[in-house]
Amino acid sequence: MDLIQNFPFITILLCLAGGVLSSVLSAKKARRFCFFLLGVVGVLSAFTFYDALMRKEPYVYYMGHFPAPWGNEIRIGILESFMAVFFCVIMLLSLAGGLYKIIEEVEETKQNLYWTMISLLMSSMLALIYTNDLFTAYVFVEINTIAAAGLIMIRNNGHSIVAATKYMIMSLVGSGMLLLSISLLYDLTGHLLMSNMKTEIATIAKTGEYQVPLTVIIALICVGIAIKSALFPFHTWLPEAYGYSTAASSAILSSLVSKSYIFLLLKVFYRVIGMEVITAHGTNYILFCFAIAGMMMGSFNAIKEHDMRRMVAYSSIAQIGYIYMGIGFGSQAGMIAAVFHILSHAASKALLFITTAGLSSVSGDSKEFRDLKGAGIRNKMAGIGFCVGAFSMVGIPMFAGFISKVYFAEAAFTASPIQMGIGMAALAISTILNAVYFMRAVILLYTPSNKRERDAKFQNQISFHSSVSLFISLNFILGFGSYYIIRMIEQGLSRFA
Amino acid sequence: MLQHLLNHYYETVSIVLFGIGFTMLLLNRNMIKKIMGLNIMDTAVYLFLAAKGYITGRVAPIIAEGLEGKESFINPVPSGLVLTGIVVSVSVTALMLSLTIRLYRRYHTLDIDEIAMLAKKEDL
Amino acid sequence: MSKKNEKYESTLWYRLKYWVNGEEEDGIVEKETDKYEAHLKRVSVEDRVYRAFSEIPNDGEEERAHYEELRKELLELSKRYETWPEKRGVKIFNRIYQVAAVILCVFIIGILLVTVSYLPEFGNKDNPSNNEVSERYIEKGLEETGATNIVTGMILDYRAFDTLGESHVLFIGACAVLILLRVDQVKKENTTKEEIEEANTEEIYEKDEDTILKKVAFFLVPTIMLFGIYVILNGHLSPGGGFSGGAIIGAGLILYLNAFGYKKIQRFFTYKTFSRISIVSLLCYACTKGYSFYTGANHLESIVPLGTPGAILSGGFILLLNICVGMVVACTMYAFYTLFRKGGM
Repeated sequence: MDLIQNFPFITILLCLAGGVLSSVLSAKKARRFCFFLLGVVGVLSAFTFYDALMRKEPYVYYMGHFPAPWGNEIRIGILESFMAVFFCVIMLLSLAGGLYKIIEEVEETKQNLYWTMISLLMSSMLALIYTNDLFTAYVFVEINTIAAAGLIMIRNNGHSIVAATKYMIMSLVGSGMLLLSISLLYDLTGHLLMSNMKTEIATIAKTGEYQVPLTVIIALICVGIAIKSALFPFHTWLPEAYGYSTAASSAILSSLVSKSYIFLLLKVFYRVIGMEVITAHGTNYILFCFAIAGMMMGSFNAIKEHDMRRMVAYSSIAQIGYIYMGIGFGSQAGMIAAVFHILSHAASKALLFITTAGLSSVSGDSKEFRDLKGAGIRNKMAGIGFCVGAFSMVGIPMFAGFISKVYFAEAAFTASPIQMGIGMAALAISTILNAVYFMRAVILLYTPSNKRERDAKFQNQISFHSSVSLFISLNFILGFGSYYIIRMIEQGLSRFA
Repeated sequence: MLQHLLNHYYETVSIVLFGIGFTMLLLNRNMIKKIMGLNIMDTAVYLFLAAKGYITGRVAPIIAEGLEGKESFINPVPSGLVLTGIVVSVSVTALMLSLTIRLYRRYHTLDIDEIAMLAKKEDL
Repeated sequence: MSKKNEKYESTLWYRLKYWVNGEEEDGIVEKETDKYEAHLKRVSVEDRVYRAFSEIPNDGEEERAHYEELRKELLELSKRYETWPEKRGVKIFNRIYQVAAVILCVFIIGILLVTVSYLPEFGNKDNPSNNEVSERYIEKGLEETGATNIVTGMILDYRAFDTLGESHVLFIGACAVLILLRVDQVKKENTTKEEIEEANTEEIYEKDEDTILKKVAFFLVPTIMLFGIYVILNGHLSPGGGFSGGAIIGAGLILYLNAFGYKKIQRFFTYKTFSRISIVSLLCYACTKGYSFYTGANHLESIVPLGTPGAILSGGFILLLNICVGMVVACTMYAFYTLFRKGGM
């Protein structure tokens, strides 16, 4: 076995150990250590990605001395390793962009625990990406949940603690459902490893013996993950959690945490239950309905909002709806569009959260629209970044969001006529609604106001400026280089099962 | 079906417990009762898992004199899963309780709706 | 010249501008939301007044009267501003929510019960879950892991990745509790009100001189500790292991604290001890498992012998892992308790 094949496992272990270590370091040292660690993990993941591209076929890596159905294992393919690299990049950029806010808003004696949470969150996301075992996925889902709650509540004011409580309650219901469904699945199949489960489920589906339990299992898994990734009727925790945590936390939560759960759902669909069984149960139609409702309701709520940060948070609900719509088409094209939208949404939404924080820090730390008037003129970099993110979310050509909308539209044609009609109509309406609230924000940001407060300490925020410019270029890379990325996703998905 | 449920009484009871926990979680506005509901829900799943590992007439999988071969032991996998699950639920419960302590210190109430109202007021 | 529109404020254009600007113009068109916010503001003022009112000493007659007047005024105001959602809406919504929740719960229980009735039979040895996986654990577990307790062998060797994650769940839980509840003693130079309060609370907690508790604990604590250590060390031979043994030791520490107080326990167990022990154990755990994953995946032989089954020193890494896990669990349990009680160790 090549040395490079050890890298995924080393990245997971490094993040776990690094998180433990940074809990005893001082705030400054922990911060440097965490950035260093994420850098190393990013480089190692990049090597893994390159290796996976060369190999084409995915490979499994034993976690221990025992082969598949007895021991744990992780499975590395093109899509997984790409996601690892991408998550690492977004994580680093969001942290760099929100760094001054973290230092400002988190008590200094507790900052090292923030970096502990970040490292453990990263390790859990890597484990969720790579794992080939459903119960391991459950354990790391729990780490992910607690770390995310930690990121929300570390700001330590009343709002963030209320938000964290709501988040915890909702996602613990989700975890409970996930655990119940895993135990039911274990009862039916006798395995916890994804590939073995799939073969057993294929025979069950053929004989039709355990039809009712299988349907219930699929429903429980879907609801459990939908709660955690804030699909429409279960989104109630989202606006507060994203609206009141520190900027880097909201960027990470919206662009990475919810996406890692969606990635897990894709894994369950492809590797545990199998797409044929999923479509035979009509699961994708139900997800499709919720997705459409989410697209509409998220946008309507965003239009009504007075608070910029909460508006961006509500727009996340709409965007999560897009991703589930792609999954709901039930075809390969829909999946590709959904995966691409995971990327483009992560790149643009993290940018939006970071720049919103930058804008409000030149407007007396207020997030209200009435105070943000002209903020784009006062803080040029944040203004430009916000515009790029907003254009991308609306779907203006050249930006990442446009490409994913094109692919969604293409994917709609592969679905049944009714689904195609609804999907296209929803795309059109939600694009208009997106345009309404994002253009309003952009117009407001560039309306001159007589306010002349410039935050002096904001002038030399190198980390903020570099992070925003890198985010902008990432958006353009996704927009212009979409051809190669889509090919890559296609290759990855075809070998995903 | 009823006969079947009676035969599966461990699973039936665990599902009923799960439902009770779920109902407590949804209906109670008191944080402590919500946490209790969560714990009941988790415990119900562990009972379910433990019941799933049982095989009639066999003992726990610890090798001793006179007990050898696969015919004498129950399935060890669910026991391991329950062990893992319990630890997870301990740390989650601790986190929830400490959140409750902080909320109570700040708002002097345990009612989650009231807390949300008070938090909204703080802005103004 | 164009006509001047008298009702400019109610035109669509005005409203659009109003919305785009996020209501910078003084609210001439008072919306529902504004009313609601005004109400909230009023409620918070009322709250403040009420609190101030309750703090006045009994002899401040004049002030009392003044506040009484203020309160009356506010109450009248509140009645005038009371909107529909407060009078009836909340109640109706709550009722609907409760009914819906009950229906949902009954529905979920029903569905799950139906599911259970379709599941494989209880206690049957031919169920799908009793397949080659559990068979190998039972038949070859002793030979391959060296542990007599098959469950321990399974979670610490076959499925060790899960358990690695699990011990980190405990650690991250402790970290989250630390974030929420730890009272930091950094501001040494200016003795703040909080610090004095903290010292007071400590006294409050420890004023009891309970002889019975002390005498019982004097005998009980060493026994509990010994039992905990026994359970940890025999984790691979008999029921128990790191988690249960650690919980027992944690209980012993908590009992010691309750009986003899913070001063005594701080001679050997402080925050520093806690963080050092848990970090060294977790890192040791991660290194050991990293080594065994690495050798396993690369098909190398592990250098650690499995030993004779049944002996204390057997089972390869399992004993070491159990000790690590046990220390982490004991420290975490004790940390939870002290953090809940007074926000520090």
